[in-house]
Amino acid sequence: MTKDECKQVVLDIIADIAPDEALSNVKPDVRLRDQLELDSMDFLDIVMELRKRHGIEVPEADYPKLASLDSCAEYLTPKFNAVGAKQ
Amino acid sequence: MSLPRIVITGVGLTAPNGDNLATFRRNLLAGVAGIERLEVRYMGQLLAGVCHYDPLKYQKKKEVRVGTRAGSISIYCAREALQDAGLDPAALVKDRTGIYIGCTEHGNVETENEIWAISKFNHDTKYWSHYHNPRTVANNPAGETSLNLGVTGPAYTIGAACAAGNLGLIHAAQMLRLGEVDVAICGGVSESIHTFGIFAGFKSQNALAVHDDPLKASRPFDLARNGIVVSEGGCLYTLERLEDALARGAKIYGEISGYCVNSDASDYVLPNPTRQAECVRKAVAHAGLRPSDIHIVNTHATATPLGDIQECEAIRSVFGEGCPETHVNNTKSFIGHCMGAAGALELAGNLPSFEDLTVHPTINVDNLDPKCALPGLVLNQPRRAAKIDAILNNSFGMLGINSTLIVRRFVP
Repeated sequence: MTKDECKQVVLDIIADIAPDEALSNVKPDVRLRDQLELDSMDFLDIVMELRKRHGIEVPEADYPKLASLDSCAEYLTPKFNAVGAKQ
Repeated sequence: MSLPRIVITGVGLTAPNGDNLATFRRNLLAGVAGIERLEVRYMGQLLAGVCHYDPLKYQKKKEVRVGTRAGSISIYCAREALQDAGLDPAALVKDRTGIYIGCTEHGNVETENEIWAISKFNHDTKYWSHYHNPRTVANNPAGETSLNLGVTGPAYTIGAACAAGNLGLIHAAQMLRLGEVDVAICGGVSESIHTFGIFAGFKSQNALAVHDDPLKASRPFDLARNGIVVSEGGCLYTLERLEDALARGAKIYGEISGYCVNSDASDYVLPNPTRQAECVRKAVAHAGLRPSDIHIVNTHATATPLGDIQECEAIRSVFGEGCPETHVNNTKSFIGHCMGAAGALELAGNLPSFEDLTVHPTINVDNLDPKCALPGLVLNQPRRAAKIDAILNNSFGMLGINSTLIVRRFVP
């Protein structure tokens, strides 16, 4: 998986958990909470959906790494590739 | 001690046969029921009353996703009730507004959904939703409504089985009389059709209605009745002290005149006609009326073989003689049993009688059970009445909770 593909996976999850938000202009280098109406429960949703849909675990200590799309891609892409390698 | 008079100034509702009072009433007079087939987890297609209001009228998509059906129904009804009362939600004095919502039960739907969800993951609880607790706390429907409206006054639910709708109104009237709030949003809601448990429970009790024609399935007082049709729904009112309502020139639907809540203390599920009759008599006395002053008795009857007979026995003992102008009807024959919303919805369906002097009927009675024969029972067709000045609304629930609420035509 590329980092761009990883960002799309995260955006797809956000589209489901924040269905009122327009996601076409999300800036990858800006904190998601600074540009979208997302609260702490929504971030738990992102963590849960990564677990449910993709078998990816994000420990609580790593939650700050989900702050922006860029940081998500940086942190999650290796995890996706590790999961993919196992399958 | 003279207590403030309490009046109804707004009605917001969603029922299986209408999403506002005008439609609901029109269908009650036209004999239009609202029961359909619903796919229920583990059980297949069952008969149920389903509401078809638009949740997105007053909620964002995310609120609908995160919240509960009972919360959504409450928000819809609360917003409609405020609008009907001519009260702008933005202009409410937020800490002087109370929300009191009756519920039969809450949390079963959400718990069943989560158990179903984790069953797809070998019941590993790390897949259990972090929304489970806010969705299942007993105050959820009222809490979601307070969030939606920004109301900061008291907002909570009242658990009272199927008497809960009346309890919401009664409790609100009490809080207004005590001066705790200035505007009360109150009544009852139910999301019960989204839990298989309530259907399975009634089926195990041999109390779940079956019929080839869904619209004929809910048939209180009919000889062939065979149980309850479970429904969802909601009905919330705005209640105010009379002087406040008059000061702002509000439309007044009626006045909360009297009420009683009591307990059977005799069985988990079987009704007790002696205590029911006691509840009705006490409510009539509380209103300062005689039984003959009551012009509509809206029954609780759910179409269980025994329950209907027992309520009829209670009603007969109070209104059996000397009440030639007392009419008796039933709303569940149209909409099934809306559980926590039942009392509030059934009252709403009768309120327009003050204006149109017509009593909506009990439908689906092909062969009246002689044990349910009552003087004044309005069967299958609406009936014009010479006068309608007082409506008495019965709602009873499991563990023996009885409630009777009386609303009078408003006379200044």
